[in-house]
Amino acid sequence: MTEKQLMRGSHVIGEAAVRAGCRLYAGYPITPQNELTEYMSGAMARLEDGTFIQAESELAAINMVLGASMAGARAMTSSSSPGISLKQEGISYLAAQELPAVIVNTMRGGPGLGNIAPSQGDYFQATRGGGHGDYRVIVLAPASVQELADLTRKAFEYADKYRTPAMLLGDGMIGQMMEPVVFPEPVDLNKLPPKPWILDGAIGRPSRIILSLLLDTTVEEEHNWKLVRKYESIARDITSAETFMTEDAHLVVIAYGTAARIAKGAIKRVREIGLKVGLLRPVTLWPFPKRVLIEMSRQIKDFLVFEMSTGQMLEDVKLSLEGRSNIHFYGRPGGIVSTPDEIAKEINSLYHRQHLEED
Amino acid sequence: MTKKTVFAGFGGQGVLMMGYVYAVSAMRDGKEVTYLPSYGAEVRGGTANCTVVVSDEEIFSPVASAPDYAVIMNRPSLNRYEGMIKKDGIIVLNSSLVDRDPSRDDLDVVRVPANDIARKLGSDRTINMIMLGAFVTKTGITTLESIMNGLTEIVKGKKASVMKLNRKGLDMGAEYALKK
Amino acid sequence: MEKKVFTRPRYLKDAVFHYCPGCGHSIIHRLVAEVLEELEIGEKTIGVPPAGCAVLAYNYLDVDMGEAPHGRGAAVATGIKRVLPDRIVFSYQGDGDIAAIGTAETIHAANRGENITIIFVNNAVYGMTGGQMAPTTLPGQNSTTTPGGRDISRDGAPLDLSQMLAIARGSAYIERTSVDSPKNIRRTKKAITKAFLTQMEGLGFSLVEILSACPTNWKMSPVDANKWIKDSMMNTFPLKVIKDKTNEK
Repeated sequence: MTEKQLMRGSHVIGEAAVRAGCRLYAGYPITPQNELTEYMSGAMARLEDGTFIQAESELAAINMVLGASMAGARAMTSSSSPGISLKQEGISYLAAQELPAVIVNTMRGGPGLGNIAPSQGDYFQATRGGGHGDYRVIVLAPASVQELADLTRKAFEYADKYRTPAMLLGDGMIGQMMEPVVFPEPVDLNKLPPKPWILDGAIGRPSRIILSLLLDTTVEEEHNWKLVRKYESIARDITSAETFMTEDAHLVVIAYGTAARIAKGAIKRVREIGLKVGLLRPVTLWPFPKRVLIEMSRQIKDFLVFEMSTGQMLEDVKLSLEGRSNIHFYGRPGGIVSTPDEIAKEINSLYHRQHLEED
Repeated sequence: MTKKTVFAGFGGQGVLMMGYVYAVSAMRDGKEVTYLPSYGAEVRGGTANCTVVVSDEEIFSPVASAPDYAVIMNRPSLNRYEGMIKKDGIIVLNSSLVDRDPSRDDLDVVRVPANDIARKLGSDRTINMIMLGAFVTKTGITTLESIMNGLTEIVKGKKASVMKLNRKGLDMGAEYALKK
Repeated sequence: MEKKVFTRPRYLKDAVFHYCPGCGHSIIHRLVAEVLEELEIGEKTIGVPPAGCAVLAYNYLDVDMGEAPHGRGAAVATGIKRVLPDRIVFSYQGDGDIAAIGTAETIHAANRGENITIIFVNNAVYGMTGGQMAPTTLPGQNSTTTPGGRDISRDGAPLDLSQMLAIARGSAYIERTSVDSPKNIRRTKKAITKAFLTQMEGLGFSLVEILSACPTNWKMSPVDANKWIKDSMMNTFPLKVIKDKTNEK
């Protein structure tokens, strides 16, 4: 199945997960990501060593994943915004207990029950840890179906390598959309690095404990700093962003995921009328590509942050640039999907407002 | 070349399948494609639509604010999409169910009495292939042969008689595109 | 000639229990350790301790232990067991953990017939948090959140989770015992043995509910506490085999 094929985003995550060695999936129905849960039910049944559980709740699903991870399996759960809120308990424990796991959030309009349209309102929740305590989650933001396949593989690899939960943050559009995809070859589970920490019975070794209760405050403090050191090494190793037509740009749009696709379409339009505009697309939302942005701010004095939210990544852009450039914002929350024309208009008016044509 | 097409109608007309066959066929032609279906609550309402973008280069936005082409299977879909189609765009109408003409005069309209033709062919399931035959022939964006190849890939294992019927539907639709 | 008649079981660590005087947890820990040794399964067992007084069970039980969030023991145990079906997996949970915040996880694990074992310690109170009302608190029983006693019309009646679990198709063996007396302690050990055997034979979900004293939060002496189990708790939670389909197969 390494031939190019046209596949739905949700199914692609599932197939890529199986090929990445995922052997336990637990999930609970919620639109717009049910196709992933359904795909996993079939895919796991076809594997000799695969487990699919339709859990009674999001809480149960994430904790089944936690158990599977303790037992050494590559495991995944998925949901959409309201369901991800429920999973935050488990995600906090995964981070604290240093357990790998992959969580997929197909974002929809919110807060509350909201709607099922594509949205990017969960950026804060994803990149700030999301649950209680001082921790971070690796957050990968795919913008195409092929990238869904590639980043799903990476999510499992990063999770294992750093022993930490990794999240794939997409939205209803990228989950429902079909595009050509070529999958990487399946991993050989026997060739993955050993996990000398799992709970599989203390046969010929001392018993092990995986816990997060650290009543001794000095021990908990050290654990927190240990996590920070890990997060710093993650930031050094995996931070990633795509740049598009930024070389000669006077204005750079910053957008991720679906919003970045739309922004690219807009940039193509305004380039046709001579506006020098480029795009910076963070692929990792946490760690945020701060250095790329700082580097860029030497040339670029104006950035336009575009999000399908009221402005969340905007804060990371501000924190990264610390006043170095002008930061503008355009957002469409609530499940509204902007058109490239709409963004092009916004770019155009900003471009002239800032007199960028004179540069 | 980047062409965006909206396929719209109600559930059961094979609207999503039509877009999917087109997208797979164009992909096998070596094009970049995206296929974006309507989903969720919208689907429960009984309408079905999808947007297919076919391009020689990387496709940016999978949504179409102004589609180049529209394949319209019923009247509510005409009402919904008529105003969005690009100037001088092409619209392929299922004239069996759409009892009015577009009010815009810049559009190139192909009228295909798909339900009537399908009845003659003896299978309502060919409606979408009839429309697709007309669409492909009118726009020239891919060929009937590519569509047949795409269809064969998608429905692999289907009986030869079914494939023959599909081919017949494509051809009959194509005739209407050439009429004018 | 000296003859050793009492020794620390292989799967109990050489540690001093932190539990209060008269608390049933230390007895139950020991029983679990003895059973694991007698069944020769200690080295392939993974335990899941709860949030609650027994959260530190991993300091005492010398087997692989993986802590679950409050109430999620059955879900975590499910995840472990599904990945490692040839290992023995048990969760150890209190009444608040299993019958309030973790009710859903427990019922559905039983209903799916997860081949896991649950040691359910019922002391009719939230112990670690300081004696608040538990789902199993008796009518009229004082707690820090039911001053004047549990009022059924206001607070609901005690929840008999084991009965609820017995209704679930996938549960194979459920028994309620107590550690208030030497005789009942011996019965409890038998029940724990049977529960693990149920899992070893792949028969499905097994659970032993154990009535256990909490003299500190009950504000009683250990002797009075055990008497209260016998005189009061057992009326609401009678000791019995609640379900046993291990012979049906």
